[in-house]
Amino acid sequence: MTPADPAEIWTYLRQDPLLWLTATLVAYSLGDLAFRRAGRKPLVNPVLVAVALLAVLLRLTGTPYQNYFEGAQFVHFMLGPATVALAVPLYANLRLIRSAFWPMLAALAAGSVTALVTAVGIGAAFGLRGETLLSLAPKSVTAPVALGVSETIGGAPNLTAVLVIITGITGAVVATPLLNLLRIRDWRARGLAVGVAAHGIGTARAFQVNETAGAFAGIGMGLNALLTALIAPLLAPWLVALLAG
Amino acid sequence: MIVNLVVLLACQLVGEVAARGLGLPVPGPVIGMALLFAALILRPKLAERIAPTTSGLLKHLSLLFVPAGVGVVGHLDTLGQHGVALIAALLLSTIAAIMAGVYVFLAVARLTGVSE
Repeated sequence: MTPADPAEIWTYLRQDPLLWLTATLVAYSLGDLAFRRAGRKPLVNPVLVAVALLAVLLRLTGTPYQNYFEGAQFVHFMLGPATVALAVPLYANLRLIRSAFWPMLAALAAGSVTALVTAVGIGAAFGLRGETLLSLAPKSVTAPVALGVSETIGGAPNLTAVLVIITGITGAVVATPLLNLLRIRDWRARGLAVGVAAHGIGTARAFQVNETAGAFAGIGMGLNALLTALIAPLLAPWLVALLAG
Repeated sequence: MIVNLVVLLACQLVGEVAARGLGLPVPGPVIGMALLFAALILRPKLAERIAPTTSGLLKHLSLLFVPAGVGVVGHLDTLGQHGVALIAALLLSTIAAIMAGVYVFLAVARLTGVSE
């Protein structure tokens, strides 16, 4: 075989899933490394770092998102099975759920509806409309479910993905100072509220602060995924029509 | 391992078929999650069996958001144009949701006598 010139190799790589699949894993590993080096600070989120690195790389190489996604779809595909897998930690915490069933259920409903209504309401007040406003609605839900909900209600799933991550980071950063300021000492209440409002990133933060808070945050995240998937398709289009029609 | 993956994929498959077939507004994988949850309650032994696979998958959950997140390159205009509105909505709404959850939890815990 005669050696190919770099342009030919690049032509091959652009069309093969291998390059962008590898790039996705490398970018995430770098993000994770930065996260650990920074002492697991929520602001240095590995997903956000990876997304920024890849976005710059796509821009520099002039690669369209569709080409990138042909490689990255193998990672993206696993979101479905991962969503199904969320049933296992939910089941493992069944005893905790039973021990505080009514407060949890009420807090879940309150947190979930507040997250959706205030996101759409504030967005509309700031002049957001249509697809952008709908993309905000599932922002407190764990990403795999939020993407599905966004698509169902007519939002832009890619925009929702980034809004979900920023919401998680926001929750992880503000929760502890906010709840300390309000003098809330019940770790169950603190954890559940953070899990409902700020999904997995909030849950990871809750586990750093307190074990009980972490367990309740995980339950809040799982239950809110179910609840938002049920109520968002009914509530979000109606709210958007009402506030920004 | 393979059997565990089959369990997850089968739940998702049934969920997708149910969502489309019945015209449900809920994403297929969420129905799959509810199915697996029901299966675990009916057969508690399944939890031990499937846990190594699911915890491996969930440990790297955040990696799985990256491809969708990169799709933001197609929405940079929206982010630039509506950045302030989006950040304000996210920040205020997250604070409101945390406060609503915490206070309702405490109020209902007091009412039902489920204290710490």
